[in-house]
Amino acid sequence: LSPRAACRLETLGFAQVVDYVAGKQDWLAHGLPTEGEDADKPTAKDLASDDVATVRMGDSVEGVRERVDDSPYPFAVVISDTEIVLGRVGRSALEANAELRVEEVMEPGPSTVRPDVDLTSLVERLHKRDLHYGIVTTPEGKLMGVLRRSAAEQRLQETATN
Amino acid sequence: MMKSSPMSKRIGVDELQALIADGAQVVEVLPAEEYEEQHIPGALSIPLKELNADTVAVLDRGRPVAVYCWDSI
Repeated sequence: LSPRAACRLETLGFAQVVDYVAGKQDWLAHGLPTEGEDADKPTAKDLASDDVATVRMGDSVEGVRERVDDSPYPFAVVISDTEIVLGRVGRSALEANAELRVEEVMEPGPSTVRPDVDLTSLVERLHKRDLHYGIVTTPEGKLMGVLRRSAAEQRLQETATN
Repeated sequence: MMKSSPMSKRIGVDELQALIADGAQVVEVLPAEEYEEQHIPGALSIPLKELNADTVAVLDRGRPVAVYCWDSI
């Protein structure tokens, strides 16, 4: 629709028309604010927290182990210089030789969720994959945070009882 | 032969946010019900089917106008 709308506006004499082709779906997928009846419905972004340990592929396992132990999660998220999620490294993998690098022990390409996923879909999806945590990213794969499935389940219960 | 109009510039989310910060007008061209459910903050609703000289009178021709629908399909 939007290319036709942009063209129509030009025919109506508007000289400065731009087309946000990726549209509302893309805006929501970036976790950006909205207005309207559904704007306050809880989604993954509302539960995402930025307190997960983030590490780089070249980091040593030894240093990461300590950081994971100090964090509220049993894993660290491996990111690039531009904060794109590249992998996940859990406590068990960190029991490996301390001289190894993260790249050698990480789980590459972990499942991620978009910030605009509604909580019911989110919980179903995490259950299906037997995941207790969700890594929330933008469509470009940039880390936004991590959420607990239990927190999403609790929020749903609260919503149902209110 | 028909004269072809130049294609409007396509922008991404970062550029849209910058334009909004600079005072651009944002128009959602989806049906009004979809706009009511959720829309970009500050966006106006002018569904494509209703886009005409009368409905665009609310827009300032001196400022950029960014249009959007649901996705690129």
